[in-house]
Amino acid sequence: MSQIAASSPATEPSARLSSWSLLLNNRLATGGLIVLGIIALLAILAPLLPLDNPNATAPADRLQPPFSEGHLLGTDQLGRDILSRLIWGSQVSIAVGLSATAIAALAGSLIGLIAGFARGRTDNILMRLIDMLMAFPYILLALAIVAVLGPGLLNALYAIAIVNIPFFARNVRGVTIGLASREFVDAARLSGKSWLAILFTEVLPNVLPVIVITMSTTVGWMILETAGLSFLGLGAQPPQSDLGSMLGEGRSLLFNAPHVSIIPGLMIFALVMSINLLGDGVRDVLDPRLRAGDLTRPRAVTRIERKTKPKSTIDTDAILDVRGLETSFQRGRSAFPAVKSVSFSVKKGECLGLIGESGSGKSVTALSLLGLVASPPGVITEGAAYIEGEDVLSKSETGIRALRGAKVAYVFQDPLTTLHPLYKVGDQIAEAILAHQPVSKDEAKKRAVDLMEQVGIRDAAERVDAFPHQMSGGQRQRIGIAMALANDPDIIIADEPTTALDVTVQAKILDLLQDLRTKRGLALLLITHDFGVVAQVCDKVAVMKDGEIVEAGVTEAVLRDPQHAYTQKLKACVPELGQGKAFLDGVRPLFAEAAQ
Amino acid sequence: MSDAIVVRDLVKTFGGGRTLFGGRTHELHAVKGVSFELKQNETLAIVGESGSGKSTIARMLVGLETPSSGEMIIDGQDAKELRAQGSAVFGRVVQYVFQDPVASLNPRKTIDNILDVPLRLLCGYDAGKRAARKKELLDAVQMPSDTLERYPHEFSGGQAQRIAIARALAAEARIMVLDEPVSALDVSVQAQVLLLLDDLKRAFDLSYLFISHDLAVVESVSDRVAVMYLGEMVELDTAQTLFRTPSHDYTRELIASAPRLESAAAE
Repeated sequence: MSQIAASSPATEPSARLSSWSLLLNNRLATGGLIVLGIIALLAILAPLLPLDNPNATAPADRLQPPFSEGHLLGTDQLGRDILSRLIWGSQVSIAVGLSATAIAALAGSLIGLIAGFARGRTDNILMRLIDMLMAFPYILLALAIVAVLGPGLLNALYAIAIVNIPFFARNVRGVTIGLASREFVDAARLSGKSWLAILFTEVLPNVLPVIVITMSTTVGWMILETAGLSFLGLGAQPPQSDLGSMLGEGRSLLFNAPHVSIIPGLMIFALVMSINLLGDGVRDVLDPRLRAGDLTRPRAVTRIERKTKPKSTIDTDAILDVRGLETSFQRGRSAFPAVKSVSFSVKKGECLGLIGESGSGKSVTALSLLGLVASPPGVITEGAAYIEGEDVLSKSETGIRALRGAKVAYVFQDPLTTLHPLYKVGDQIAEAILAHQPVSKDEAKKRAVDLMEQVGIRDAAERVDAFPHQMSGGQRQRIGIAMALANDPDIIIADEPTTALDVTVQAKILDLLQDLRTKRGLALLLITHDFGVVAQVCDKVAVMKDGEIVEAGVTEAVLRDPQHAYTQKLKACVPELGQGKAFLDGVRPLFAEAAQ
Repeated sequence: MSDAIVVRDLVKTFGGGRTLFGGRTHELHAVKGVSFELKQNETLAIVGESGSGKSTIARMLVGLETPSSGEMIIDGQDAKELRAQGSAVFGRVVQYVFQDPVASLNPRKTIDNILDVPLRLLCGYDAGKRAARKKELLDAVQMPSDTLERYPHEFSGGQAQRIAIARALAAEARIMVLDEPVSALDVSVQAQVLLLLDDLKRAFDLSYLFISHDLAVVESVSDRVAVMYLGEMVELDTAQTLFRTPSHDYTRELIASAPRLESAAAE
């Protein structure tokens, strides 16, 4: 949860895995790094190694097999030492690959940055030019460029760089468009920065990781393309050795002396493979999502590793009874609890408000009840959640999933993110019904219309075919509530259901929830940061701070006469209509004390 | 004394341009002829729901958007002329505080770097003066001086908003447009930031245009309140009068909808 991450910025850096150890954890990438390191070292040290002159011909010694005297890897058709040519050739190939990548990255990124930041006509013209480059098969384009410039290693390098420009330009443009509309760009403009300064000092640093990732994944490809052009005789010219041209020259001898072509072929394979493996590893390390250590997909149910095993059934008159719940998050090698010994109970037809500031663990508590906390990194380490006296957390995975949406339903903060944008809202409600009940599709659709009417959507029969984006925020939240009601749940857990809504709409949604609760006898667990909402809706309230419940009781009593200092402070900090400027004078002493 | 901001018949329409095939794109009238003035040392609040055009007004006032028509006079100067003189001139007259403080700070820059820009480009101070000003600014927003070496993600929302306010102060503009400055913050942090804004207003002799959707917050900070509804300003009055005797239906609905603590205690 982002809230949790924000609440504890001070965890020791040692707990987080460093980039290096993350990279080394990836075995394939480590293998690639080692192979590439050896090849690169040999290539760099080529002038110092006791190698024969790679271009010295010795017709008497032609086509010696590998392991012959004086020639470890044999000789080619002109009697040149293959080992020597291989190492010098690798040097050329790596150098060309790297320079081509650098040129393509520079030109492509520049085009992408400008197109993405300027938008409009500039963007259109630049990207259409890029489209034209992409419309040709790359090798054909490279051939055409070399044909115009004339054969030669340098020209091959330019050709390959040009062919790869679109790849960088498109990637960088996509990221830049997203960044250009961010607030810090506006803020820089207001600070007096010019257009160009914003592009290169504000946007570029944020695009850089993408450029590095793209480079690391394209170097191998470029080396391969260089080899391809040399193979066709358009790159390195004799007598210069290059992996591609060695392969090309050995091709005609494939049956008499296979080693002449197979050895450079293996070298190309080893080089490109190691670079690609390493590139994938680098990408994984630089991706912030993967960095947090969540390299795996979250599991269907939160991992449950309770230190003590509570009773699986108890006698209770509450429909939801939570006892001693503790949920922790793993970060790197250490785990820290986000929710500590939380206990509360909700009876049928009752509404409990769970109130707290961001990072207080209120959402994690709600999600833990049905094992919905993303795992990894979440682990439920203690406690039990009894629904009608039965512990949910002792159930099997299928048992827990059967409860979700049926007995217990969730309503989330922003229905725009929880509703699927490409399905009609009616179908989404029907789907929720079909997931738990054996009814026909038509029947489910009919019930969906009923539900929409119940949550107060006018013209439900027509609106059933609307898409989420065609509805207002308030209507979408009504659909979210209709989905929650689809299977006649006993408990509804509403996580900040009105936070994203305007006040006038909020009032209507709260009325609806109240209405449903009294009519259907629902138990409602309402999570919010707003005392006003609690006062309006909840019978009981529990105040959370740093993962613990610091005060709980009947709403009226807690609000009128809060006992815990934190509740008192929280209440004082809520401005009330009618207070006017007296509010600021009222809270001033609160923080004046804290400052001293 | 002249008014800090005078706005006359301000209109902003998005879209409506010609497409490639000669048709017209969909037009959206975000602001439909709004007039008001912000007096010196006053806090004028604009309230309204999402989509009512209040943020568009704010963005036009600081030069992030260009009005479709109408007149804006900021600190006695016409906004068109200010814009023609470049963003550096505009930034010295009026500054802007964003709703989401973390998003308004570049994640890859240190706070030192972020505060340096307006001091260098807008005020033109030399390195020594800049260093001294940065310390003063951090003092003013009550942040420790080791803040400078750190990156935005190391701060909580409230601390980040203090830094964002320090950046706006750095320009030494006397007019501040605050666009939902406390909406993204927790209540206790919200109260602290409101206090800070109140103190700064007195210390630096500022005028605030305060945009918010939270009526209670607005009432606690503002002298006068304007209500926006679907791109129009339906009511503008002193805070006291407006909250006690709202004249427009929509204002009444807004006030009635605001959740209250008393309602529970009274039941």
